[in-house]
Amino acid sequence: MNHLDKLEAQSVHILREAYREFKNICMLWSIGKDSTVLLWLARKAFFGHVPIPLVHIDTHFKIPEMIKYRDELALKWKLTMVYGENTEALAQKNTFPDGKVDRITCCQSLKSNALKNTLSGEWNRYVMDHKTGKYVLDTNREQYTGVIVGVRADEEGSRSKERYFSPRDKENDWDVGDQPPEFWNQFKTDFAPGTHIRIHPLLDWTELNIWEYIERENIPITSLYFDQGNGKRYRSLGCYPCTAPVDSSAKNVSEIIEELKSGKFANIAERSGRAQDKDDGGGLETLRRGGYM
Amino acid sequence: MDNREQMNIVIVGHVDHGKSTVIGRLLADTDSLPEGKLESVKEFCKKNSRPFEYAFLLDALKDEQSQGITIDTARCFFKTSKRDYIIIDAPGHIEFLKNMVTGASRAEAALLVIDAKEGIKENSKRHGHIVSMLGIKQVVVLVNKMDLVNFDKDVFNNIQAEFTEFLSKINIKPLNFIPISAFNGDNVAEKSKNTFWYEGPTVLEQLDSFINKKENYQLPFRMPVQDIYKFTEGNDDRRIVAGTILSGTIKTGDEVLFLPSQKRSTINSIEGFNVEPRDTAFADEAIGFTLTTQIYIKPGELMVKVNENQPVISSRFRVNIFWVGKAPLVKNKNYKLKIGTMKIGVKLVDILNIIDAAELNIDSFKDQVERHDVAECILETSKPIAFDPISDIEFTGRFVIVDNYEISGGGIILEGVSDSNNTLIEQIKDREYLWEKGLITSRDREEIYGHKSKFVVITTGSEENEEIIRDIGKYLENRLFKMNYKSYYLGVSSLLHGLASNNVSDFEARENQIRQIGELARIFTDAGQIFITSVFNLDDYEANKLKLLNQPHEILIVNIGDSPFNSFKPDANISIEGATKKAVDSVCDLLKQKEIIVDYYI
Repeated sequence: MNHLDKLEAQSVHILREAYREFKNICMLWSIGKDSTVLLWLARKAFFGHVPIPLVHIDTHFKIPEMIKYRDELALKWKLTMVYGENTEALAQKNTFPDGKVDRITCCQSLKSNALKNTLSGEWNRYVMDHKTGKYVLDTNREQYTGVIVGVRADEEGSRSKERYFSPRDKENDWDVGDQPPEFWNQFKTDFAPGTHIRIHPLLDWTELNIWEYIERENIPITSLYFDQGNGKRYRSLGCYPCTAPVDSSAKNVSEIIEELKSGKFANIAERSGRAQDKDDGGGLETLRRGGYM
Repeated sequence: MDNREQMNIVIVGHVDHGKSTVIGRLLADTDSLPEGKLESVKEFCKKNSRPFEYAFLLDALKDEQSQGITIDTARCFFKTSKRDYIIIDAPGHIEFLKNMVTGASRAEAALLVIDAKEGIKENSKRHGHIVSMLGIKQVVVLVNKMDLVNFDKDVFNNIQAEFTEFLSKINIKPLNFIPISAFNGDNVAEKSKNTFWYEGPTVLEQLDSFINKKENYQLPFRMPVQDIYKFTEGNDDRRIVAGTILSGTIKTGDEVLFLPSQKRSTINSIEGFNVEPRDTAFADEAIGFTLTTQIYIKPGELMVKVNENQPVISSRFRVNIFWVGKAPLVKNKNYKLKIGTMKIGVKLVDILNIIDAAELNIDSFKDQVERHDVAECILETSKPIAFDPISDIEFTGRFVIVDNYEISGGGIILEGVSDSNNTLIEQIKDREYLWEKGLITSRDREEIYGHKSKFVVITTGSEENEEIIRDIGKYLENRLFKMNYKSYYLGVSSLLHGLASNNVSDFEARENQIRQIGELARIFTDAGQIFITSVFNLDDYEANKLKLLNQPHEILIVNIGDSPFNSFKPDANISIEGATKKAVDSVCDLLKQKEIIVDYYI
């Protein structure tokens, strides 16, 4: 087995554990490369099926191509596709692009808060009707107790501390100082009522592994990651006001791999185009403690 | 795509002995830092008027930076010309032992850091002990901060002698001792002139000399069943047994056995998604199979090959454990044991000795295992489980113990112990001893009621008959009642049936219900009743348990259709083609033969 085979086997094992142990489980899909690889791994784990609903948090500031790509794939792969949002904050324009709050507050409101209330079932969820391709109100309002997320340990400091099965308390808070032990592929799958568990099958993958795997498996990926002819591409996807493309002429997966291995990005952090990470000393950690992915 | 090898290394040792500095140095000296990282840390130091230290590179979290200690395992990636490394920084504080275990368990090799000036400390020893239990064979000791003892050879030699002696007690033979100063970089990536008396490799050379884990193809085949899938979407009619192979190889046509249920079948196909069809699978692959026969198996069982060495099946075993739970491990309390994909109730039966991990004193007088203790104990599971002693196959001899939602301890099975005096028998003895009877004997009741008492259990091994056995139970009750016999039917909650019983987590519910049914049967039969119940897929152990619990009265176990039993002999096997009435007739005939009831007229 080469290193990709090993990573794949471990991720599949984790997905199967999660699926068996959690009755109400979902998978967060941000439309980015990592969670799309995660979705592919679910098809691996369940032999072509995806028996787990996918949840997307729509901030309404996503790059439009992302939403189009999401819905195309949901139809093609017969996914149970669910989205949630912070309707109130959007209506009152309490957002960074509207100039009312700073970046971190905006993330907390449109992402963390929307995520928390979507997972708990307190706010409306919308599910795709495959007959029409349109979204309708989801009648299932049960709390998701298992939430599969595509975070990687190499993305930044706080994620390097994560567990494969990482508990969140009633407030969605992550207690980084007191995490469950995890060894011999035995995970924390027992949880108190009201709490939930985040599951991280991609923890051991690096950015390079993700691209190598996309290439090997030929996974359809949004074109935003490739140079569209203007010498710019996205290395990491988020909301358009807070995500800057990077200067790069990589037009396909193998050129991206080349760039990461020996080219211009061999030593530059992946999230360098994400503004919210820079706004305070440990911006992403502040966000993650409050339930951000 | 290149096929570079990857290796996980853990770095352990007492707090402040310089683990993070070693890692920071390795990252910097191998040019493995992303540009943003070094900048941001230097920036942070400037902002907080602290001198830049390599250790800060890892302390990415705010509360770590404020406390100046590693509270969790941080993972960093670096490369040498030979391979890619993930280096896991395990915390040195005793409070974070569970984090240290978490980090160390993922590693192929361990670097144990000791401060030359402070010498061997409690956690140097404790970590050594746990590294040994986790099964890490490649250990190298880094004697750090040599600059603080003027690179004195004698200091180094003394530490080497003392620590080698300690490690030999816990079956660790360190590959090497390296004198270093991580702060100044001596012997990390570059050979140091300050230690001209040292001839061995630098830390980097040492890392590259480690051997990666061999795939365990040569060992017998072992695969804990993770799940059974039947996805019907798109007319998929495959029934797939899924799991990750721990050791050995398997191919289509191999005869396999599921333990502890002892069910047998043959591999029909190896399934996969977006892969070439194939007929062989190997250790470490997460895989799925279809079988030639539709046998009823549950997640948690251990799949093995019929023609290879078999694991041990026992409900009592001698173990070594380490405990990281908030509450101590005590006797007579119900815990949950997880081994492979099996979850099962477990009790601490006996503590043979408690080893103070730091001093290796043996204490045989404590009656509980406290947090951070390492102990040798006897455990008993509520049913026999399949495992291999750690000396044979390490992957199937490891377990964790769950206490109140939390994984609170881990351990290795040394051997199975005989089940002669299991706790259930003891409990029943006590119960019978304390049972206070009235003035009426069973004989008195039989005369007045006109029949003997009996506990009738109806079971089946085939999913199609689940509904039917419940009906049989109810109709039997009705038939007997109409003939003036004292009969009572009690069904087991349907929670445990069908697909829901595929949930391993339900084992506790099922265990409790079997227990309750058995205890109730004891009362009903003592009261002269014919007590009837239906339990889907009763296994050998459960049947014996019901028999024991119902003592001193008699039990009658009737199987309908495919038998769920392996060695247990039911009183009758009735084949039915969906005819409930016929089954009821058969059971009535049986009761008559056994002289429980007298002749009856329909």
